[in-house]
Amino acid sequence: MATVTILGKELAVDADGNLANLSDWNEDIAREMAAQDGIPNLTSQHWAILNYMRKVFEKEGSAPSIRRLTKESGVDTKTLYQLFPKGPAKRAAKIAGLPKPVGCI
Amino acid sequence: MKHLLILGGGTAGTMMANKLAPVLNAREWQVTIVDNTEEHYYQPGFLFVPFGGYRLQDIVKPRRQYLPAGVKLVVSSIDHIEADKNKVVLGDQSILPYDYLIIATGADIHPEQTEGLVDDEWGKTKFDFYTPRGAELLAQFLKGWQGGKLVVNPIEMPIKCPVAPLEFLFLADAYFTERGIRDKVELNLVTPLSGAFTKPKASQILGDLLGRKRINVTPDFGLARVDSKEKKLVGWDDTEVGYDLLVSVPTNMGDPCIGRSGLGDELNYVATDKQTLLAKGLENVFVIGDATNLPSSKAGSVVHFQSEILFENFLEHIDKRPMPARFDGHTNCFIESGFGKGLLIDFNYETEPLPGEFPLPGVGPFSLLQESSMNHYGKLMFRWVYWNVLLRGLELPIGSAMSMAGKRV
Repeated sequence: MATVTILGKELAVDADGNLANLSDWNEDIAREMAAQDGIPNLTSQHWAILNYMRKVFEKEGSAPSIRRLTKESGVDTKTLYQLFPKGPAKRAAKIAGLPKPVGCI
Repeated sequence: MKHLLILGGGTAGTMMANKLAPVLNAREWQVTIVDNTEEHYYQPGFLFVPFGGYRLQDIVKPRRQYLPAGVKLVVSSIDHIEADKNKVVLGDQSILPYDYLIIATGADIHPEQTEGLVDDEWGKTKFDFYTPRGAELLAQFLKGWQGGKLVVNPIEMPIKCPVAPLEFLFLADAYFTERGIRDKVELNLVTPLSGAFTKPKASQILGDLLGRKRINVTPDFGLARVDSKEKKLVGWDDTEVGYDLLVSVPTNMGDPCIGRSGLGDELNYVATDKQTLLAKGLENVFVIGDATNLPSSKAGSVVHFQSEILFENFLEHIDKRPMPARFDGHTNCFIESGFGKGLLIDFNYETEPLPGEFPLPGVGPFSLLQESSMNHYGKLMFRWVYWNVLLRGLELPIGSAMSMAGKRV
């Protein structure tokens, strides 16, 4: 399995480049992954989305789609694209340490 | 008398009726299937209609003709399912009770979900090819088109047959080349995905093929609205892509009756156990095909593999024995690539499409993720296989579980 080095730690990733082990994730790792992905500052709005995604994943075993994010997170699609440009659901899932949402098949 | 009710008489519903009716004791079981039309379309055929490869009459048959004797077909819309009362309410409010239910209501396009997509220009400069009408209108349009910028845009994943947008572009490349106007046509894929396809290795190989065929790819495009007057797609991040001809793959959703029943997710797909195919939280309801929320492709081959799993599980489950079969997400798709060639991909929940060879006793091998004439013939042959083998619920020499034989890791 491929690995990436984040904050000096070698972490396993899946074929999409998302963290393979949920337990490898923490908030510092998230900040670093976001920075590497072109989002230098994670604001409270970012964190609200990331935490919501992790909550859904914990409960259901898969990350929510963009449509569900819009419906349930209270943040509209346009704002989601400003927070996580070029694909909010898949980028937020990655930063949240989750696999790609299953809608992407 | 026990009632098995099957909602949807498409690929999945027809196959399950054909598999189960002959083995369920006719004195104990009545099998009923509900669909709102009499016509059964061979959906993979829609792809070829815009280019004159098939006419609509080549890909449609009477639904009844493919159902076994003794199975009752009710032609009606479905209002909703009352799962806690084991009954289905039809469009005219009449009631069908059931002991066991199989939901096979599929998925359909919903262009009205996108701002500006359905207006006066829908069917004139903006088309779909996922419906008989859309494919036919597009065929008429293409015949007279003299060139310009053609944009194929899947709006939102998941879609039925995720390779269809690519196939459309490959076939368009061949079609305009044969008409001698390829240099007057700009071919574009504008996609919400990060590349040509959903899985990394196939995305790279198919992306290279798009490049060789001079088809441009705009990845990561989230469509907010279509501006018909200016002929442009406008993204959520305000980026714009102009077009002369828009071939849209609108948002796909499960049947609205699923939403009305309170059984659907945000796209009206039913939460389904990914291995047993039982509806989550319901003991006497199975779900198959495009109607499920499973992380497998929405494609006929998936339905075929699932049908074998559901068949085995159903027969044990009704006798209160443990369900033996486990669906592994197996998918197997021919991809038309134009000029008499095609590719084949074979994958499941865990294993992405890989290159190599796909062994098929008596016919193959087919080459995986690589163009060949053999794959094209496989795709064409499939229409016959669909009507005569697949729908009849007969065995194909491809196992429901994916095999690693021939694949290069």
